[in-house]
Order: sequence, then C-alpha cells, then structure tokens
Amino acid sequence: MSVTTLDLARVRAIAGAVVDPEIPALSIADLGVLRDVRVGDGGVEVDITPTYLGCPAMNVIAWEVEAALAQAGFGDVRVRLVLSPAWTTDWMTQAGRDALRAYGIAPPAARAGRRALFGADDETQCPRCGSVETEKLSEFGSTACKALWRCTACREPFDQFKCL
Amino acid sequence: MTTIAVASTPLVEALLARADDALVHAHRLSEWCGHAPMLEEDLALANVALDLLGQARSLYQYAAEVEGAGHSEDDLAYRRDAPQFRNALIFELPRGDFAETIARLFLASAAMLPWWQAAMESPDARIAAISAKAEKEVTYHLRHAGEWMIRLGDGTEESHARVAAAVAKYWPYTGELFEAEHPAVAALLPDPAPLRAAFDATVARVFAEAGLDRPRDGWMQKGGRRGVHTEHLGHMLAVMQHLQRAYPGAVW
Repeated sequence: MSVTTLDLARVRAIAGAVVDPEIPALSIADLGVLRDVRVGDGGVEVDITPTYLGCPAMNVIAWEVEAALAQAGFGDVRVRLVLSPAWTTDWMTQAGRDALRAYGIAPPAARAGRRALFGADDETQCPRCGSVETEKLSEFGSTACKALWRCTACREPFDQFKCL
Repeated sequence: MTTIAVASTPLVEALLARADDALVHAHRLSEWCGHAPMLEEDLALANVALDLLGQARSLYQYAAEVEGAGHSEDDLAYRRDAPQFRNALIFELPRGDFAETIARLFLASAAMLPWWQAAMESPDARIAAISAKAEKEVTYHLRHAGEWMIRLGDGTEESHARVAAAVAKYWPYTGELFEAEHPAVAALLPDPAPLRAAFDATVARVFAEAGLDRPRDGWMQKGGRRGVHTEHLGHMLAVMQHLQRAYPGAVW
C-alpha cells in the first residue's frame, strides 16, 4: 500500500484522536503524547512518548492507535515508543488544557519552569469555581501525572495535572 | 531450570545495577499498598513505586539490547537469582516502619537526583534519554520524601525518635551509592565524586530544617554491586519472582 501526504494527514488525525484511557477527556494529540507520523518501509510509523516512564497507559494507547488505524484501512502500522526529547506539560495544547478543566482537573501551569526543590507551589485554580484559594493535599494523586488539591473557597477536592 | 545466565559486560552490569536499584526499591515501596498510614500516602508510595518500575523497565530493556542474548526485560527481572542482582544493599532491606521507608526514599532520591542529572549528559543517547525522564520523576520523589523528613523530624517526640533511628540505620548503606563505575564505562556514566557534594548539600539542608543530626561517615556496608547481598533479597525475590518461576513466560 502506498501512503500519500494526504493519507499522512488522515493518519495523524486518526491517531491523534485516540484518548488517554486514564483521562478520556484528553486526546493524545492534545496531551502531546503523539510525536510523529511517518511513512516507513513497512508502512505507517507512529511515534508516541510516555508522560512518565512507568505510565501504564502507554501499552493501551499503542494498541488503540493500531486499532483505530486498522479500522481506517491502514493495516501496516508500527507504533514506536520514543523517550527523547522528554515529554513536558508544555506540549499540552490550549484545547487540551480547556478540556482538562472542563473535566474537573486543574491543568498544569503554562510553563513547566523548574520549581525550587522545596518551596511554595505555583498558584493553582480550582477547576470548578475558579478560585485560587486552593491548597495541595498530596504531591501524588490517582495517577502518576496528577496531584491532589482542595479548594478552600468551594471546599471541593480536585486533581491537578502536575507540571513536568 | 528457570534461571538465565547473563552475558555480562561492564555496560550490562552498570545498567543492571541501576535497574535493580529501581526494581528492588519499587518492590519495597509497593509493599505499602493498602497499608500506608493514610490514603494520600498509600497513593503517593504506589506512584513513586510505579515511577521506579518504569525506570527499571527502560534500563532492563536497554541492558537486554546491549547484552544481545535474546533476553527480555522480564527475563532480567524475574529469572536471575539473588547473587546475579547488582542493586545497592540499601534498597533490599525490609521496609520497616513508615519513618524508615521515608528515610530510605529521601537518602536514595538525594543521591539519585544528581546522578540522573549528570547522566543526562551521557554520550550514550539512550542513557541520556532515560535520564531526562527519570530526573523529572525523582525530583518529585525527593521533594515528597524531604517534606516528610522535615515533618517527622520536627514533629512529635515519637516521630523524631523514629526518623532519627531510621537515618542511623540507613546511613552506613549510603556509601555504596557513590561507588566508582568500571573504567570501561566510566565515560558513559556520571563520575560519583561530585555527586557526593550535591547529596551532602541536600541532606544538610533538609536535616537542618528537620532538626536531625547527620551521622558520621564510618564503616560503609557494601557488596550489592558484585552480588553479595543480605538475606533479605532472596526472600523478596521469592515473592516477586514466584509467578514467572512457576510458569515461565506466563503473560496476562
């Protein structure tokens, strides 16, 4: 099968629309996990990168990309895991950040600047009421990429997508 | 016979050392799952364990490629016996109480953060790529453990006594984290000497806030890097490796 430039745009769209199984509001394109789409000798090659090395969603994401492309008629698909350059929350799109907030997860700060090892946290806005009167409960949440926070204005606990 | 023979080279050994550190530490941390003193900490320790497991996997995959004997990451993790493990001894000691777990996580993270940072500059592209990921993760581990060290050390009489005892217990095991690499791979991996200064600075800063005294550097325990382990590792491996030993190659 020969793959044209037009097809590549389709491949990118189909692969990019696959969602993170742990945060189904977020597509892997918006998350910045989809890195590249190419035509190789054996067919279509898709590069994805893990948010965290131990991220258990990577296998599922790879399968879903293969399944979505197979369904669209792209049979020979190779999904590659690339580590470099290291994923950063800076790659998350604005659409992704908005989708996260609407889903009830505070998006990461816009620039993953290197925070001091010990010190104050960045200001985090409650995804429900918008208040910045919030406090961190724990650096680690329900998945590797999230921290637990609480809003002291509306009293709701919420997840925050950690800056990385 | 389910045990594999590893076709060893200095690079394979060096990769296994760091992979085994991460795997064995991950297993000890995962033992807290469902047992931590509070829900947030249960999640935190499991998350840190998962990060370390991810680091171990990346290193085992690379070690297996370098070894070139057709072994998989699972073979390296589950089908070597204790004397074939290269982890530093500090990681295999039983998890102890919560203060001991936190003290070990703090000391190990304080040593590993500068190691990963230096390894990001490795001329070996694969080591540099893995390190750039791990460095970000270990920053979170060090922050988390450091904040707990301060909370425990500057907490109640009981918490202070426990964390002080934990520091005293683990201190003699920190020397092994700074052993020199084999000359054949020294150019690919961080020189341990300057890492020591970064470790000392982190420890000094956190201990000052926690009200803890730094133990004197006396006799340091070592042996793990050449496969001479405490009795605890074998017991841990018996649990961790059971399934793959009983049903070699079993998959989900």
